[in-house]
Amino acid sequence: MEEPFVKTQIRKDENIVYKRTSLLVDRPLSYCPGCGHGVVHRMLMETLEEMGIQDKTIGVSPVGCSVLAYDFMNIDMIGAAHGRAPALATAIKRLWPDKFVFTYQGDGDLAAIGTAETIHACNRGENFTIIFINNGIYGMTGGQMAPTTLPGMRSSTSPYGRNVLTMGHPLKITELIANLPGVNYVTRQAVHTPNHVRKTKKAIRKALEQQKENKGIAFIEVVSNCNSGWKMTPVQSNKWMEENMFPFYPLGDIKVDGKLVQSSEVAK
Amino acid sequence: MGELRLMKGNEAVAEAAIRAGCDGYFGYPITPQSEVMEYLMAEKPHERTGMVVLQAESETASINMLYGAAGTGKMVMTSSSSPGISLMQEGISYMAGAELPAVIVNVVRGGPGLGTIQPSQADYFQAVKGGGHGDYKMIVLAPASVQEMCDHVKLAFELAFKYRTPAMILSDGAIGQMMEKVVLFDPIPRRTEAELISQNPWAATGKPKTREHIIITSLDLDPAGQERVNLKLQAKYRKIQENEVLYETLGVDDAEYLFVAFGLSARICQKSMDLARAKGIKVGLFRPITLFPFPEKQMNAIGKKVKGMLVVEMNAGQMIEDVKLSVGCSIKIEHFGRFGGIIPTPDEVVKALETQIIGG
Repeated sequence: MEEPFVKTQIRKDENIVYKRTSLLVDRPLSYCPGCGHGVVHRMLMETLEEMGIQDKTIGVSPVGCSVLAYDFMNIDMIGAAHGRAPALATAIKRLWPDKFVFTYQGDGDLAAIGTAETIHACNRGENFTIIFINNGIYGMTGGQMAPTTLPGMRSSTSPYGRNVLTMGHPLKITELIANLPGVNYVTRQAVHTPNHVRKTKKAIRKALEQQKENKGIAFIEVVSNCNSGWKMTPVQSNKWMEENMFPFYPLGDIKVDGKLVQSSEVAK
Repeated sequence: MGELRLMKGNEAVAEAAIRAGCDGYFGYPITPQSEVMEYLMAEKPHERTGMVVLQAESETASINMLYGAAGTGKMVMTSSSSPGISLMQEGISYMAGAELPAVIVNVVRGGPGLGTIQPSQADYFQAVKGGGHGDYKMIVLAPASVQEMCDHVKLAFELAFKYRTPAMILSDGAIGQMMEKVVLFDPIPRRTEAELISQNPWAATGKPKTREHIIITSLDLDPAGQERVNLKLQAKYRKIQENEVLYETLGVDDAEYLFVAFGLSARICQKSMDLARAKGIKVGLFRPITLFPFPEKQMNAIGKKVKGMLVVEMNAGQMIEDVKLSVGCSIKIEHFGRFGGIIPTPDEVVKALETQIIGG
C-alpha cells in the first residue's frame, strides 16, 4: 500500500525537475541492463521533443539489437531489412523533403551487410541523419564477430581473438564516410558518462537541425559497450571500452560543415 | 480517346507510370529494360508531375527504396530484369509481410544465372509462387502487347493499393523492346499529401498528437502473432483469387483443342491458331492475364469442353503446373517450350500440337 501513496505524494508538478520524455513509450526496453542503446534512444527522443518535430519525423529502424526501436520511440517508424535502412531513408526523404528522417543502425547492419547502401546514400548527399551504434559485436545474434571487432578481440565466431590475417581488419567506416563529398557532419561520441551523454545529445541536435538546410548526410557514431556480448559487467565493459575501443575509434568531431576537422584521425 | 503513340514496351511502362500519378521510380540499369529509366530521366517527370526518379546503386537498394517510400503511402515503382529481380526478392518479401503496395516490372530474360539478354518466361515460378522467403504471393499481370504494358501499370497500382500488396508486371525482353502503337490513358494527377494521408491511414507519415504512432514492419517475434499475420495474408490472397482474375479467350466456342499461353507466347499462339485452323484443326487459345490470381475456375470449365491442351511457354514447363492443378487429369495436357532466349515459331507450335496432343 505504501508505494502508490509515495508515488502520488512525490509526483507533483512542483517537484519534477527531470522526467521521461513522452516520445519514449512507457514500456520496458528490450536491451540488457548496462547497454548504451537506451541512453541513445532517450537522447534522440528528447531532442525531437525539444525541437517539436514529432509529427514531422519518420524513423527507420534496423535489424540487430535495436530492431524493436519502433516499440520504444513514439514516432512513426519503418523497420528496414538488415542493412537497408539508408535505402529506405533515401526514398522517404526524397518523397517527403519537409520531414525529418533518420536511420538508427548497429555496426553489423551499417558496416557489413549494409555497406553499399550506407556508402552510396552518403555519397549522394542524401539529406537525412544516420545514428550508428558501434559496439564491435553482433549483440542480437549472440556475440559474433562484427566488421568493427578489434584485432585480437574475442567473440563467438573469433573465439581465439580476431586474427586480422584471416578475418580481416576492423572497418573504420566512419572515417571512410567522412571523406565523401555528400557528407556534411561526422562525429564520434559515447554515452557511458553524463558528460559524454550531453555531448551526444548536442550532436544529435546539430545533425537534425542540419536537415532544415539540405546540407547532406549527418552521421553520428556512438561507440558503445556490449557487456553481455563482451562477457563483462557493465562497469567492466565501460572501462574496457575506454581502454581499448577509444584508442582505435577516437571520440570527437571528424567533419563539421563539410570540412574535415584537422585534429581528427582522418586528417592525420 | 487518349493519345496515340508508337512506343517501345519499356517506354510505355515509363510513360504510364508518370500518367498513373506515380510518386517515385527507383531502378538500376539492366538489359533488356534499361529504356524504362532512360525514358523517365529524359522526360523530366519532376517538372511534369513532381515524380521523383532516382538511379540506385543496386537492385537491392532500389527495392528497399520502394519499401521505405511505400511505407509512407507513396505510389512507387521499380523495373528490372531477371537477375535484378532475384536480388529484389528480399525486399519484395518484406513488403508482402508489411502489407505495402508497390509495382515491380520484370522484363524477363533467359536464365539461370547471368543467362542471356534475350526474352524468356522462365521467371513464372519466381513471380507467381512467391519468389522470396515465407508464405506470400504477389499480384502478377502478364502483358502481351505494348498497349498492355501501358495499361497494366495503372491496373497494377490500383490492385496494389486496393489490397496493400506488391504487384508485378511479368513481361519479357521482346515485349519490352518491340514497338507498337499504344493509346495512352489520360494523366491522373498525383495525390496531394492530404489525400495520401486520408486514403492511407496505415502509412507512416509523421505522428500527430491525435493518433498512435504507426509502425511498418514484417516482424512479429511471437509465433501466435506471426501466425495471425500469415492467416491475414492468406485471407487476402483468397479474396484476390475470388475477385481479380483476368483472362482472354480466342476461338474457344468450337475448339477441340486448346493452346494455353501467357504474354508473348500467347501472341505467337494466335498465329499458330490461324495456321492450324487453315489445316482444319479446331484449336482455340486461353490466355491468363493475371498469373496470380490464376484463372483456375475458368480453366477447369474449359477443360471439360476440349480433348487436349498444349501449354506453350518460353520456359521448361512452369505454368503447366497451374493448368494441370486447375483442369485435373481427365484430358491430355502437355508442355511445349523453348528456352534461353529462343522464341518459338508459330509453325513449331502447330507441329507440337499435332505430335504431342492430337497424334500423341
